[in-house]
Amino acid sequence: MSATTLEGAAAPGGGRTSRKPNYRRRRLWGEVGAVAFAIVLVIWTVGPVYNMVMVALDRHDDVFSSHVFPPDPTLNSFWIVVSEGYWYLEYFWHQFANSFYVGIGTTFLTLFIGSLTSFVIGRMRINGGWVISNLALMTYMIPASFLAIPFYLVMQYYDMSNSLWACIAAYVVFATPYAIIVFQQYSVSIPIEIDESARIDGASPWQIYWRLYLPLMAPALVAVGTFALLLAWNDFLYQFLLLSSKRNMTVSVALAQFLNSDEAPWNYMMAAAIIYSIPPIVAYYAFRRRMTSGLTMGGVKG
Amino acid sequence: MDGSAAQVVDVGARFDVRPRIRSALWLGLNRADAIWALAFLVPYIVTFVLFVIYPLLYGLWMGSKPSLYTDLFSDPIYQDTAINTLIYVLVGVNLRMVMALGLSGFFMRKSWWTKPLLILFILPWAVPALPTFLSIHWMLNGNWGLLNNLIWDVTGWNAPSWLDERSYALTSDIVAYIWKWLPFWTVIMLAGRMAIPRELYEAADVDGATGSRRFWHVTFPLMANLYLVCTLLGMLFTMGDFTTVYFVSGGGPANSTQVLATLGVRDAFVMSEPRLGVAAVMSAIPVLVPLVVLLMRRVRAAAVER
Repeated sequence: MSATTLEGAAAPGGGRTSRKPNYRRRRLWGEVGAVAFAIVLVIWTVGPVYNMVMVALDRHDDVFSSHVFPPDPTLNSFWIVVSEGYWYLEYFWHQFANSFYVGIGTTFLTLFIGSLTSFVIGRMRINGGWVISNLALMTYMIPASFLAIPFYLVMQYYDMSNSLWACIAAYVVFATPYAIIVFQQYSVSIPIEIDESARIDGASPWQIYWRLYLPLMAPALVAVGTFALLLAWNDFLYQFLLLSSKRNMTVSVALAQFLNSDEAPWNYMMAAAIIYSIPPIVAYYAFRRRMTSGLTMGGVKG
Repeated sequence: MDGSAAQVVDVGARFDVRPRIRSALWLGLNRADAIWALAFLVPYIVTFVLFVIYPLLYGLWMGSKPSLYTDLFSDPIYQDTAINTLIYVLVGVNLRMVMALGLSGFFMRKSWWTKPLLILFILPWAVPALPTFLSIHWMLNGNWGLLNNLIWDVTGWNAPSWLDERSYALTSDIVAYIWKWLPFWTVIMLAGRMAIPRELYEAADVDGATGSRRFWHVTFPLMANLYLVCTLLGMLFTMGDFTTVYFVSGGGPANSTQVLATLGVRDAFVMSEPRLGVAAVMSAIPVLVPLVVLLMRRVRAAAVER
């Protein structure tokens, strides 16, 4: 689908000045084309998600058979997952809690470290603050997966192997630069005079940070917090490398474990995957507006 | 980022409002405040040094032996991997960006259903990568996969086993990657389009520019920088992508669809040769560095225009 045709289809909506006689007919065909395109788009978007649900609803014997609709849909797989009734799933809820632990840990540490740093750069305005924010941004020049191997070895050295905190550390360093940039841009909208009058009243920097800065930054904190939570929840590689024992695994590592067996029970795996997907989907749709405004804050103005 | 840095430097009002002689200040602050500032910076500096700088230097040291690279380059799997990575990055990112740009135009339509459609369209971005890639992997299964069942039901054609042949498997990786990340970039492009003032389009209308002329003369020039920055950023992200290839094709058949990220992990943890794994990912540096330099330049140009 080329950009030009879509643009052409989009144009008649505003083009009331068109002088062509077959204008109405073209408009109608444009509308029909757009609806057809929308249907294709829905199929494309929903396909893999539908497949996930379909396999999860399959009975175990039906997984390895050809069908487009589940012949005999059942919620049994979900029950197996919820009741930890399969040996790959014996710690499912424990692992689910681990995923939350990593997510919450990453979120709070990112918000704390990121807001402190952006407070020093943006509000206390130390000389050379831009060096820190540019240095932080350099983190994004190294793809996370490229850093994974030395990171793993360094964690052995720090005695943090098979520790959830090793994962949290990895996500915090990759989320904080983004946090610093978003906080700095957001804090420009808060008048510096507020800080100054608090100073004159004798407040210490910590009091200004804690009582004024953080409350005023609440919307940016929500946006970055969601970002950090989802980063930690959705990542696979670092959890896969850093967590080895079943009790310390997160759900994503446990899901990948299914692939180790030849006769993987795909219906259980997909049921577990759906349960694992619910928290981020809820977070996305709840904070959709704030997430996108945070993401585009820097990019669009450019 | 440069813009904000400039703001930090040139705004006159300082944290400390009492007049002071600059040379008596630490970091531009009085002594007590400077101690506070340093204390506030400690958490980030410590995490940065411990978890970015040290692993980075450690990695550079691991991959510093030249003989590693002769071993690496003579490995036929590595040669395939390098080509795959190039195809994956160039085709995947550019196709996705063109699609995102086009789709963002589609979502500008003023129909009652575009908004609900957009909300549904975001779904791939909202679902975590791993479950969907597992699902796509299963969908593409030659015997039991949904895709082939569907093709069989509709056309009666016995479609191939997608993941058992290199070109199909690599295409599957690219399509899966586009599927997952298209919504994100479409939303960015949509925000870019929405930032274009309506008056420009009205003026173009008056001048009789419609359809493709409207796109090439109004929309595209205004979006060009955003488009370029997104493409470069996308290339950077895609080069480091691990999850898609690991789960969709698994690097198979016979290691013919590995990319650098998955090959590095395989060498380090499956073959137990961490140095070779580091060398594999470090071989991307000659591509990575120009990409980063170009990206920084474009971002700086955008900041100056602002």
